[in-house]
Amino acid sequence: MFSSNTILILALPQAVLVLLLLIKPFDKNNISSSLILTIVTIAGCTSVLVRIFELTHENPAWALWLYVIAQVIMIWESMSNWTRINTDHKPFIDNIVNLTVPFLFGASLIYLWEILTVGFNVPQILLPSPHLIALAFAKSTSVLWADFQQTFVKAVLSGYLIGCGSGFLIAIFIDRVPFLQKGLLPIGNLVSALPIVGVAPIMVMWFGFDWHSKAAVVVIMTFFPMLVNTLTGIAASGQMERDLMYSYASNYWQTLLLLRLPNALPFIFNAMKINSTLALIGAIVAEFFGTPIVGMGFRISIEVGRMNVDVVWATITVAAMSGSLFFALIALCERSMTAWHPSMRNR
Amino acid sequence: MLKRLRDSSLIPVTVVVGMIILIWYAGAVYLNAPMLIDQYERQKTEWNFEKLRQDAWAMKRPILPAPHQILADMNQSIIGRKVTSKRSLIYHGWITISSTLVGFGIGASLGILLAVGIVYIPTLNRSVMPWIIASQTIPILAIAPMIIVVLGSIGLTGLIPKAIISAYLCFFPVTIGMVKGLRSPDPILMDLMRTYNSNNSQTFFKLRWPASTTFLFTSFKVSIAISLVGAIVGELPAGARAGLGSRLLVGSYYGQTIQIWSALITASLVAGLLVYLMTLLERLTISKMGGRLI
Repeated sequence: MFSSNTILILALPQAVLVLLLLIKPFDKNNISSSLILTIVTIAGCTSVLVRIFELTHENPAWALWLYVIAQVIMIWESMSNWTRINTDHKPFIDNIVNLTVPFLFGASLIYLWEILTVGFNVPQILLPSPHLIALAFAKSTSVLWADFQQTFVKAVLSGYLIGCGSGFLIAIFIDRVPFLQKGLLPIGNLVSALPIVGVAPIMVMWFGFDWHSKAAVVVIMTFFPMLVNTLTGIAASGQMERDLMYSYASNYWQTLLLLRLPNALPFIFNAMKINSTLALIGAIVAEFFGTPIVGMGFRISIEVGRMNVDVVWATITVAAMSGSLFFALIALCERSMTAWHPSMRNR
Repeated sequence: MLKRLRDSSLIPVTVVVGMIILIWYAGAVYLNAPMLIDQYERQKTEWNFEKLRQDAWAMKRPILPAPHQILADMNQSIIGRKVTSKRSLIYHGWITISSTLVGFGIGASLGILLAVGIVYIPTLNRSVMPWIIASQTIPILAIAPMIIVVLGSIGLTGLIPKAIISAYLCFFPVTIGMVKGLRSPDPILMDLMRTYNSNNSQTFFKLRWPASTTFLFTSFKVSIAISLVGAIVGELPAGARAGLGSRLLVGSYYGQTIQIWSALITASLVAGLLVYLMTLLERLTISKMGGRLI
């Protein structure tokens, strides 16, 4: 039986601690006070999470919602507390703050999502609550893994490698022919504004339903950003440096390898980052136009039709995680390979 | 005059475009040939290369249509039909453009608001900024059809769901660009504003906001293009009966390659037009502000 008393008992220690903080027994802007505030907030949120399932239409418990609002304010307060911490540019503390604040924000979003969908009985078709998505995820891991392999490992990775690789090589070739460079750069810029995803149905017609057609879409989508960025990148090294290489009597390939390519790395990584998102989108959208009975795009469209929205959200979770990890991996490579570049300072 | 012509990229671009068209025609022959040869052998007709070439450029359902076929189809479906007709590309194009613009409006204003918040509230900067970047690694376009279907099931159909997808795609470039733009004024200028004893809103409207104009328009150009992509993908689920995206889908269902290509090229033209309009708007704004575009 749900009663406001249970909430009160849960809230009591929290109230005491908040009072303690408000009286400012210790410096508000240091890690320990932020930590205490955060822990207290998390405890309060957990108490609501445990109780939320007992809400019914007969027992709407408005006090609970007031309590949730108070929790949100507490979360905000603890986030600003973390932000206000004076890190003195110590990398360790800096890192902790930089990780904690976004983590708190994300966690609180998921918390509110759960509380609101369960508490207000949001129909599952509209927005399933996170725990239902997690259950669907756990239940259909083998299916999701097969989809992941089909879409990500086969279509995205191969298309990405071919698209980026050919864009890079052709850019280096074009760089030797100024006429082509002048002619292709505006066209490349134009193409990057076009809705290239639209070639998906054509590619499916040409290359069949399996992953080859998806990889073809990915190749086309990733080619032009890579071409344009590499072209700009290898043109970015200054005249002084080139003259220096010339005075060293270095030939074209030496200049390219030792001066111009390293200088182009930030641009190339930029293209790789843009492409990592584009590639996933291209592959999934292409699957809407025809696919064997496996793949993330197929899963999304088929389960929407069956109204199994929780499985759809589980697939989206897989797509989001693989997309973010892919991006993060490239960003890590970038950080280790272009550590010398000015844009990497102040970190 | 001659020197300007030589320095401009007009000639190279024309030559490259010409080369692409040539390759396209050759590709049309090459790709359509196997089907045609198969047909000839079954009908036991005599054929030579000239006949093959002519037939390859005039097939009804080619694997790769020749450019003039696409142009003819576009001509027919843009000029040849009444604007209100269900088969007019202007009708479909307008539906796509309208949801593109609505989505762009929502996304751009949201992006600007978020950017202002991020610049002025440190907590928001620390907490939201990483998630904004992460939000773009989520392939939202891929789940667009789901959003359409789910919103349709609660009675929201037509323009709004598509606009929501466009808005989600739009807000990211605007936020990133505006955060950069609002932070772009030199510390010296900020100090000057402080010596004038100006308050936060004065600094914002007289320094930060004008300083971010170029950043704003650069992001606008990017985001209106992807807003169009969002609208087109939003039209892909079977429920949508109108729009350039649905033309793509219908074309792929019935193997109407020419229709797919003409919808695709129309979409590209629309994208070019929207970006061009944005450039015009940028020039106008900057000249009104008394600046000069380099």
